[in-house]
Amino acid sequence: MFRLFKFTKPYTPMIIFVLIFVFLQTLGDLYLPTLMSDIINKGVMQGDNGKIVQIGGFMLLVAGGGALCAIIASYLSSKVAVGLGTILRSKVFERVESYSLHEVDKFGTATLITRSTNDINQVQMVLIMILRMMISAPMMAIGGIIMALREDKSLTWVLAIAIPVLAGVIALIASRMIPLFRRIQGKIDRINLVLREKLVGIRVIRAFNTVEHEAKRFEEANVDLTENYIKVNKIMAFMMPCIMLVMNFTSLAVLWFGGIFISKGSMDLGALSAFTQYAMQIMFSMLMLSLMFIMVPRAQAAAVRINEVLETLPGITDNENIKNTFSMKGFVEFKGVTFTYQGAEQPALRDISFSAQPGEVTAIIGSTGSGKSTLINLIPRFYDVDSGNILIDGVDVREMSQETLRAKIGFVPQKAVLFSGTISENIRFGNTQVSDDDIRHAADVAQATEFIETVDGGFEHEIAQGGTNVSGGQKQRLSIARALVRKPEVYVFDDSFSALDFKTDARLRAALKHEIAEATVIIVAQRVGTVRDADRIIVLNEGKISGIGTHKELLETNQVYQEIVSSQLSEEEIA
Amino acid sequence: MSEQNQNQNRGKGRGPGGFGGGGHFGAPVQKAKDFKGTLKRLIKYLKPHTLHLVIVLVFAVASTSFTIAAPKIMSKAMNRLQDAYMAKMMLEKMSDAQKIVVDQINQQMKQMQQMQQMQQMQKSPSASTNMQQQQSKINPETAKAIQDFIKLPMLNTVKKADQKADIVQKMLDLGKKMPQAKSNTKNVKLTKDQIKGAIKAIRETNGKYDFHYIGNIALILLGMYVISAIFSLIMGLVMSGVAQKTVRDLRREVDQKLAKLPLKYFDNHPHGDTLSRVTNDLDTVANTLQQSLTQIITSVITIIGYIIMMLTISPILTLIMLATMPLYIISTTVIAKRAQKYFASQQKELGDLSSHVEEMYTGHKIVKAFGQEKNSIERFNEINKNLYSAGWRAQFISGMMFPLMNFVSNLGYVGICIVGGLWITKNILGLGDILAFIQYSRSFTMPIAQTAQIANVIQSTVACAERVFEILDESEEIPDSQDAKVIEFPSGEVKFEHVDFRYNEDVPVIENMNLDVKPGHTIAIVGPTGAGKTTLVNLLMRFYEINAGKISIDNVDIRDIKRSDLRKMFGMVLQDTWLFNGTIKDNIAYAKQGATMEEIVRAAKAAHADHFIRTLPEGYDTVLNEEATNISQGQKQLLTIARAILADPTILILDEATSSVDTRTEVLIQKAMSNLMKGRTSFVIAHRLSTIRDAEQILVMNKGKIIEMGNHQDLIAQGGFYAELYNSQFTGQNLDSEIG
Repeated sequence: MFRLFKFTKPYTPMIIFVLIFVFLQTLGDLYLPTLMSDIINKGVMQGDNGKIVQIGGFMLLVAGGGALCAIIASYLSSKVAVGLGTILRSKVFERVESYSLHEVDKFGTATLITRSTNDINQVQMVLIMILRMMISAPMMAIGGIIMALREDKSLTWVLAIAIPVLAGVIALIASRMIPLFRRIQGKIDRINLVLREKLVGIRVIRAFNTVEHEAKRFEEANVDLTENYIKVNKIMAFMMPCIMLVMNFTSLAVLWFGGIFISKGSMDLGALSAFTQYAMQIMFSMLMLSLMFIMVPRAQAAAVRINEVLETLPGITDNENIKNTFSMKGFVEFKGVTFTYQGAEQPALRDISFSAQPGEVTAIIGSTGSGKSTLINLIPRFYDVDSGNILIDGVDVREMSQETLRAKIGFVPQKAVLFSGTISENIRFGNTQVSDDDIRHAADVAQATEFIETVDGGFEHEIAQGGTNVSGGQKQRLSIARALVRKPEVYVFDDSFSALDFKTDARLRAALKHEIAEATVIIVAQRVGTVRDADRIIVLNEGKISGIGTHKELLETNQVYQEIVSSQLSEEEIA
Repeated sequence: MSEQNQNQNRGKGRGPGGFGGGGHFGAPVQKAKDFKGTLKRLIKYLKPHTLHLVIVLVFAVASTSFTIAAPKIMSKAMNRLQDAYMAKMMLEKMSDAQKIVVDQINQQMKQMQQMQQMQQMQKSPSASTNMQQQQSKINPETAKAIQDFIKLPMLNTVKKADQKADIVQKMLDLGKKMPQAKSNTKNVKLTKDQIKGAIKAIRETNGKYDFHYIGNIALILLGMYVISAIFSLIMGLVMSGVAQKTVRDLRREVDQKLAKLPLKYFDNHPHGDTLSRVTNDLDTVANTLQQSLTQIITSVITIIGYIIMMLTISPILTLIMLATMPLYIISTTVIAKRAQKYFASQQKELGDLSSHVEEMYTGHKIVKAFGQEKNSIERFNEINKNLYSAGWRAQFISGMMFPLMNFVSNLGYVGICIVGGLWITKNILGLGDILAFIQYSRSFTMPIAQTAQIANVIQSTVACAERVFEILDESEEIPDSQDAKVIEFPSGEVKFEHVDFRYNEDVPVIENMNLDVKPGHTIAIVGPTGAGKTTLVNLLMRFYEINAGKISIDNVDIRDIKRSDLRKMFGMVLQDTWLFNGTIKDNIAYAKQGATMEEIVRAAKAAHADHFIRTLPEGYDTVLNEEATNISQGQKQLLTIARAILADPTILILDEATSSVDTRTEVLIQKAMSNLMKGRTSFVIAHRLSTIRDAEQILVMNKGKIIEMGNHQDLIAQGGFYAELYNSQFTGQNLDSEIG
């Protein structure tokens, strides 16, 4: 976790001031018992009322000064801690934005979200606690020991025993509790998982009549969690009594031995009173420190997760010498491309070669896991190939900047993703420079205008987060419009018509044909109807090209294609 | 947005774990709608643990009373120390003074004697006048005093305490009349009351430290501390199970309740919301019961006890102490109000930030594809900046709370020091009393602050409990009829007679629907996306109740069949594949508990899943991870099909089941399906024309309603919606070919 604190560098002066003010405040707190001892020795014992009031007034000043210091320290520490949180959030977010799909897949979106928000908040909270309490605790302890020594050396051995004993007790209990806490987190996750599965699969559970089975699963997780909690609570039950016992014994020892020293005349009453209070202050600061031991491990786990993100470098970065000049426009060429997902045993794509030109439609068809989506994900360089080359306009995609590369491509994903904001903002996501007319035109082509006009506000209609207030088909149409406004050289459609009904699908394809006649189109599809008129159909089978050709050619020569077609079209359609 | 994320979002808004939440002062507090009722209900759940709670209460009272009494008892020892200290100091000083005065007097006497002798020897007039002057100075009273003073035994030779006290008293009385003594006794700078006290102390202690007495007190204290610690340990141990078991019971009850809720509930409530109620909300309840319950007990006892103890020491000092209370209240409420404002805006910014992060991460591919990273980061930094400015203010304001409370506490402390100090000089209070009082007053702020916090904690806990109770109060499914019929060998004849159905009261979905499905027939349900095709599934499986009419299977009303028996007749493959975190084997066998391995493999083979399963590293024992991301969507679909095949149902429901399975695999699946469908009544929700055309009946749905019904020929002839839908397939292609 402390590795993360290097990000507090811009706040170094502030941290120094926090230290100073906390130190001053601690001094003030420590000074008060000394002043009280003065009241006893110089005022009370001498019967000097004037002195009592005078010292008392001074005590008020010290207390006020202490409070002021504490408030300033709180001001500065709030700025530092929240500042660290802000910097971390920004760093993590920027890092994640630079990730290629591979890193995002590796982490998982859900955990990346947690890492960017909750985990950072945890670290921020702990830093606040540290700045507020943990700094002052050792100061208090050390200052208390110094002051106690000043008051009386002979009693110090009581503290010399009590402090290690207290520290030992706390350490012993904490060391038993921390692993249990960790285990409990696992049990909570388990109960969450079981419950989430139940909620999501409620129809299946009821349909298959496995309510009892599910109840048993939940009960097991429930009892398990409860038992672990009880275990922790039992250990926890020892904490306070033990600590109180040590503290009380200490004050008793101070009284008894202090009494002996007083009787010998080597100590006075004021010193004894002050010493008692110092002892309590020292013990109390130890207790505060022990709280930190419980807090820090929780943040530690968060810090580790944040560090993982910061330490993972994006797998795909721009080449140092980037070529951004092109002699061609809209040419896509795969040359012997082989690609393996990290950690996979076998390549997802093997020796893929083909080329596509402007004005042509290249369709890719094949069974699940045949590598269709993988293939087109390589075009915008979401992943890097193992061997072979992918050339766009004659330049290897690894040799141009990602920005230039992706500016050439209009990508329509399989799962349409929309962002919160208006419909026009979502379309404009593809190209921030376009006019309202361009947006309207793109929507027309994508067959989206019809539904846009029926919703409140039309193009200014707000899309909810995750696009939950539009249907799957509507989402796909908007995401197609988004690619259209980009006016790219190459269009990539990843099974982008699947959620459309036949009618809309057909109309859309007809409209598209006009719109993107000049561009290179690469299309992944499930329906033969969608691909049959393509200039080139690539049939993928288990990561390899099983055939390339037109509908007619493949129908005659390619068995895989024949199977696909026969499953979908009737005899007369095939012909 | 996944369930998990929804859950996180909800979690952020409140309760522990949220940003700046949990116990942070000034953080917004959730309020319950019906505080009293919910609290009462919550308390009811503690009833089984009454015995434990009584034990806890008894031990809490005992343990705390010891803690409360201890400083007072300790003060006795301290007072005794002070007395002895004062007495010893007094005696030492008086003894010194006595010596000096006696010496002086003796010297003077000697001088006088010498002078007398000299006078007698010289008889000089000057000397005689001098002598006369001297004699005239010493009036008879003083002389008497001096004589008495000399007669007093020396203090350091006297042993008895009373005697010593008497001597000191006399010395002081006589001293007032003697010039020599006056100057010397001034060494003892004490007030009249202190002197009185000191003399009393001499009488009691004889100027010696009574370690026997102090030792006794120490032993008593030792015993008390140990007993108190043991009591508090017992309290903790007894309490350890109470809260967790209560919450465990609640959790179980919610789970059982969820099993009885109609599907309507799950469709209308986001999963994240329900999940958060069972986990986050119940966790808050558990923590509160665990910590706050004992804290309330001990805090209240402590406050009362401290006030009593302080009153017994000094009512006036207690008043000074209590006078600082309004300051606490004012400062905390003022700060809490301001802090709440900033926490609220912090919460808003954090919400914005989280949703931006969530969107950008889930749409990572799109952000990359469209090169929008820079804009995204810009927007993020903007929100982040706002979050910073709201965040540090919230932290600062809430962070001021502690120093301010500390200051108020210090004010009381100083006041007590001054007044207490003055009173010691007047001998109204002993030093031990003051020290004890200080200890009480300084510890007083802790339970006060605790109870103030607990008030907030209880409020939000009751709000949490209320949300859980809301689930428990949801109306349940209509129970299965008592004399439920069982269809021994169902043939699969399904009849809809005058069925009316609506999700919402005012929007009819199905009106007067009549459908007669003969055993083994296939019914295709078609329509554009979002046409509400799952409605039929909901009705057939009795996930929802129809509003009017009758649905029957083999001429038995489905409401007369036990739900479990009814659903046993169906096999379904839903649009969203549901697999759980377990092995592939268990997932397939889910439909049939106790299925043999051969049966599982046979089903997997029939669903053409066997091949891919065997390519996985662990084969059938491969554990699907939480989101089942270690197999593809199509593979998931195959598994659910295998599961349905294993269930061997009479009636099949295929809910767009094969839409994400690629076409080639689908060929294989459909072969298996058509085998499976033989002799079974099948309801197929599908896009594929080939399936639709072969169906005996087609239901055409649009906008949630069944608009057309009939077989392919009939519907085409009808020239309605279906005909248009069907023809558009070719129209599209015609257009394509025209252009291409």
